[in-house]
Amino acid sequence: MNYDVLIIGCGVTGAACAYQLARYDLRVGVLEASNDVANGTTKANSAIVHAGYDPLPGTKMARLNVLGTALMGPLCARLDVPYRNNGSLVLSLTEEDDGTLKALYERGLANGVPGLRLLSREETLALEPNLSPELRGALLAPSAGIVNPWELCYAMAETAVRNGAELMRSAPVTAVERLEGGWRLRTPKGDFSTRYVLNCAGTLSDRIAALAGDHSFRIKPAKGEYFLLDKAEGKRVEHVIFQCPSRLGKGVLVTPTVHGNLLVGPNAVPSDPEDTANSAAGMAFVRASALRSVPGINFRENIRNFAGVRANSDREDFIIEESAVAPGFFHLAGIRSPGLSAAPAIGLEAVELLRQAGLALKEKADFIDSRRRVRFHELSEQEKNRLIAEDPRWGRVICRCETVTEGEIAAALHSPIPPVSVNGVKRRVGAGMGRCQGGFCGPRVQEIIARELGLDPTQVLMDWEGTWVLCGETRKGDARQ
Amino acid sequence: MTNYDLVVIGGGPAGLAAALSAWEQGVRSILILERDREPGGILNQCIHNGFGLHRFKEELTGPEYAGRFIELVRQTEIEIRTDTMVLELTRDRVLHAVSPSRGYETIQAGAVILAMGCRERTRGAISIPGARCSGIFTAGAAQRFLNMEGYMVGRRVVILGSGDIGLIMARRMTLEGAKVLACVELMPYSGGLTRNIVQCLRDFDIPLYLSHTVTDIRGKDRLEQVVVSRVDERRSPIPGTEMVFDCDTLLLSVGLLPENELSRQAGIAIDPRTNGPVVWENRECSIPGVFACGNVLHVHDLVDYVSAESEQAGLAAAAYLRGLRPAGQEIRLQNGNGVGYTVPQHFHRGAERLELFFRVRAVYKNAAIRIMDGETRIARFKREHMAPGEMETVQLPKVLLDRVKGDTLTVEIEEAAP
Repeated sequence: MNYDVLIIGCGVTGAACAYQLARYDLRVGVLEASNDVANGTTKANSAIVHAGYDPLPGTKMARLNVLGTALMGPLCARLDVPYRNNGSLVLSLTEEDDGTLKALYERGLANGVPGLRLLSREETLALEPNLSPELRGALLAPSAGIVNPWELCYAMAETAVRNGAELMRSAPVTAVERLEGGWRLRTPKGDFSTRYVLNCAGTLSDRIAALAGDHSFRIKPAKGEYFLLDKAEGKRVEHVIFQCPSRLGKGVLVTPTVHGNLLVGPNAVPSDPEDTANSAAGMAFVRASALRSVPGINFRENIRNFAGVRANSDREDFIIEESAVAPGFFHLAGIRSPGLSAAPAIGLEAVELLRQAGLALKEKADFIDSRRRVRFHELSEQEKNRLIAEDPRWGRVICRCETVTEGEIAAALHSPIPPVSVNGVKRRVGAGMGRCQGGFCGPRVQEIIARELGLDPTQVLMDWEGTWVLCGETRKGDARQ
Repeated sequence: MTNYDLVVIGGGPAGLAAALSAWEQGVRSILILERDREPGGILNQCIHNGFGLHRFKEELTGPEYAGRFIELVRQTEIEIRTDTMVLELTRDRVLHAVSPSRGYETIQAGAVILAMGCRERTRGAISIPGARCSGIFTAGAAQRFLNMEGYMVGRRVVILGSGDIGLIMARRMTLEGAKVLACVELMPYSGGLTRNIVQCLRDFDIPLYLSHTVTDIRGKDRLEQVVVSRVDERRSPIPGTEMVFDCDTLLLSVGLLPENELSRQAGIAIDPRTNGPVVWENRECSIPGVFACGNVLHVHDLVDYVSAESEQAGLAAAAYLRGLRPAGQEIRLQNGNGVGYTVPQHFHRGAERLELFFRVRAVYKNAAIRIMDGETRIARFKREHMAPGEMETVQLPKVLLDRVKGDTLTVEIEEAAP
């Protein structure tokens, strides 16, 4: 066997597993179908660290949510991931909601959620003055927070790679073969053999399971649509604002993001696993629902809509188990909300499952458990000038909306998992994430990627394979020659 | 910290003209801060002609028009720093800026002229439904790729919005061998100049669909199709009117927004109608010693008007530096029937003259512009044709202004009798 463990899929779940396994003296590989990590559900969700009062007591979901949320702060501090423990409020807007809040409170206590409090209308408005006039009260969960989900994934995946894990991108698993004491995974990037497989393939994890002959679960993808508003709206609320789950669904949330924007969404509609289109009806629903909890939201400040696909399954709980029919093949599937919150705990859970299956775990003496990323706009004047003196590119602002310099982009392009697309750069450093949405910096970023990676500008993609941007030179060719 | 009498933020047509005008007034310590690699601003990518008809009485391309101002600036001792981004402006006119050559620095300015221009509205700003594929560009970004970088962005094109940049790009893409299938406009009239409708669409047989919009975007990776629907008088798509275009590119020309993040952060009052600073007749903002001109103040159709406005701002900044401040009671300008905004938003009683810029909210034929002082009409200007896409201007001389009794003037449209 070439590998001890192969992980299929490098979203936040796969990355968490890789990060935890990279602590041990093992040969670990990660096969990612897309040309970049964090390119599925991980990049398009509510970016919330849930407190853990939603899942039913006794489920894996409840245990891993509460544990993952407790681990999130220290993990983000170690790996330099933007995270804010701003707490959440579930609002009661009707008499029926009052009862729901109470039930959530009790469930939260049973799940071991710390610090839960039921607030009166006045106490709630003192915390959040911009809420609905219909407000009756709220459930405060101080342990909830917000995080940059794709940077959490990059941070764990980069740390795994820096500690010896091998990442293969654009390597979708097309066939799975059982070997004596292990598995062979076929991909366009070659075949890989391994003792153990972790199936972290998100919305496609049932197809991967089926390749191994396991048909024990089905993914039922459900799309959620969002509005991302300009920073001018970012202070509309301080906490994550939830509505009460009801017969109509889990409700639309309103939250600041770690970048300072306002995020509003999602709805829930059954979809294809890779369908991230927005619909007029979906967006209208999200808008109307959000205004029920926070009536003042100015949707004229919207800068982007997007949709993410949840990897819901036909089971109630997370599917974290060894396949009953494929020994050594572990599923980490059906990781829907609160999957992001649970991710730090899911990584530990995967290690524990492998240990129980007989994998010998010997800790590395030299494991690097830290990461730092320079964010120019956060530096002091002295630090800025020190960097610019070292390399003048740190003084050249490429993305004017988010103040991202060429130095940051170049650093990302030479990082352990370099981006290969304009949106890959955007997610790494924030260039193009602001109010002009790359209108100004897009062409400059395209040029820098081409230069740093030695590509022709026409080869630089917007995002995943096939998302070409430029189709050739104009009749006079490169204007700068 | 370094000191300059006048710091101009932005080295596009507005900033260049403002700085030159201040120089001609005797200001000798002037610094222009430009974030791009060269001065000239957006004109550098506007390689079509039609610039300067008012200003120079000849047809120039954008780079040529900018070049004339850059050359005039070079003959002075005005300092231009390119590749320099202003990160912060304070109420007491301290600027924080960063550049590769000088690093992070602070600059104290005696007066500041805001000339940061505008940006394009994006897909997100209008929440177009559909797939998140590649192939959707703002018209200006596509223009930069073609005209400055030398790359084509696609072969079969639909354009949403009939703003001037979209129209110009319809022609430009066609000349580069692309097929422009349609230009789609939500409103029942075009947002661009009539001459661009004629020269960029009609001359190339590109259909213009008024009262239509894009209702779906399809494509797994690159754009494959856009769906266009007719809209009713409330601008809602009408089911059953869908047309499907097979295309790989959608260009958005759906409006421009003045870039006032620095102004807002400094605490300068912004007019929600223009998205630009509230200014006096001399283009001074709510913070004394800070002036605004060009597209950062309100979006113009013609650079010639930008130059003229910016010279006013340069003149006023020079006067401010000499200690001359306009005095007199405030008279506010109010939008009456059919008027979307005015610049300036207020002026001082006793002003020498008032040049008013504004946009109408609908298309008018054989109408008139009325300036009302309460119930009293103080001026009336006939117009054969007015449209939202074409900025209107009227001049009010001192003799008229001195007749104003109230503290509010209303600008309104008198529609032709049916």
